Amino acid sequence: MEPFLWLLFSAGGVLSALLIPVLLFLFGLAFPLGWVSPPDHAHLSAVLGHPVTRVALFGFCVLALFHWAHRFRYALYDGLQLKHLERAINLFCYGGALAGSAVAGYLLLAVL
Amino acid sequence: MADRIILRVTRYRPESDTEPTTQEHEIPLRKEWSVLDGLNHIKDHLDGTLSYRWSCRMGVCGSCGMTVNGEPKLTCATFLGDYAPGPVRVEPLSNFPVVRDLVVDIGDFMRKLPRVKPWLIRSEQEPPAAGEYPQLPAEREEYEQFSMCINCMLCYAACPVYALDEEFLGPAAIALAQRYNLDSRDQGASERTDVLSAAEGIWACTFVGECSAVCPKDVDPAGAIQRYKFTAAMDSLKALLLPRGAR
Repeated sequence: MEPFLWLLFSAGGVLSALLIPVLLFLFGLAFPLGWVSPPDHAHLSAVLGHPVTRVALFGFCVLALFHWAHRFRYALYDGLQLKHLERAINLFCYGGALAGSAVAGYLLLAVL
Repeated sequence: MADRIILRVTRYRPESDTEPTTQEHEIPLRKEWSVLDGLNHIKDHLDGTLSYRWSCRMGVCGSCGMTVNGEPKLTCATFLGDYAPGPVRVEPLSNFPVVRDLVVDIGDFMRKLPRVKPWLIRSEQEPPAAGEYPQLPAEREEYEQFSMCINCMLCYAACPVYALDEEFLGPAAIALAQRYNLDSRDQGASERTDVLSAAEGIWACTFVGECSAVCPKDVDPAGAIQRYKFTAAMDSLKALLLPRGAR
């Protein structure tokens, strides 16, 4: 099981490191401060409405959540030395990632 | 630069001490003196009972690893002048049982190392008359940095995972396995898989990276481990998705 969890962790880490800073820069700094002229609402909404965008965002959310799960699991194991609570930690971390993925899926694929 | 410096050296004499103690010595501070030269000065002139390991004095033998001011270092390659005005703390390497003073027992590593079969494995041994196994410079580069390991144990002393779990195979043993796995002349990667891919093998590593930071020979054990994680994960994926014949 560990190799597959690590692959999800690894893919999530690479994607998050590449994409999140770009998104944060654009939507957190560049657009609000007027460094770059922001796209209008209709344009963004149309981009978000496209199925490819939704699937890509969904994949990104799932991988980022599994990245968190794996990292947080080891932070609890080694950092707080709670390895004796292995089962509860695994359930919380990977269960949390699954639940988060379900919420992301619901929001992106059903609600939007 | 002051011409004297204080060395605070950990002493532990199992026949009389229940706990390690610290002994202070004032020694000459010379520009060209390493911490090991300072220890040799203590042993030769101040206290002949101090025990520590050393041999080559040139960063090749890997025996003089100790903790200097809290960091794992080769004492022959660590200069007293860099710690002036002192004092300088010299302790045994962390994560290993102490035999005496600054001497640690590395038996755990010595038992783990042969499990990764760190030698060239050929599926069929050819007679010497068949000639050597040729290798291109680019193929040598693939594994060359991992062949620089001198088994000095600084990476084990620095590894927080090994500190918590002594079952962990550890940085040097995995890097040395990769030294042979990545060698174009070697055909034994599959024989190393079980030991490397075990829970206490590569998967125990959480990529803190201290092993690579302290390595005196610029080996990158953390890199070796992450590369092997990818190899092992891809093998697992293939085993799951592909029919047996296509792997």
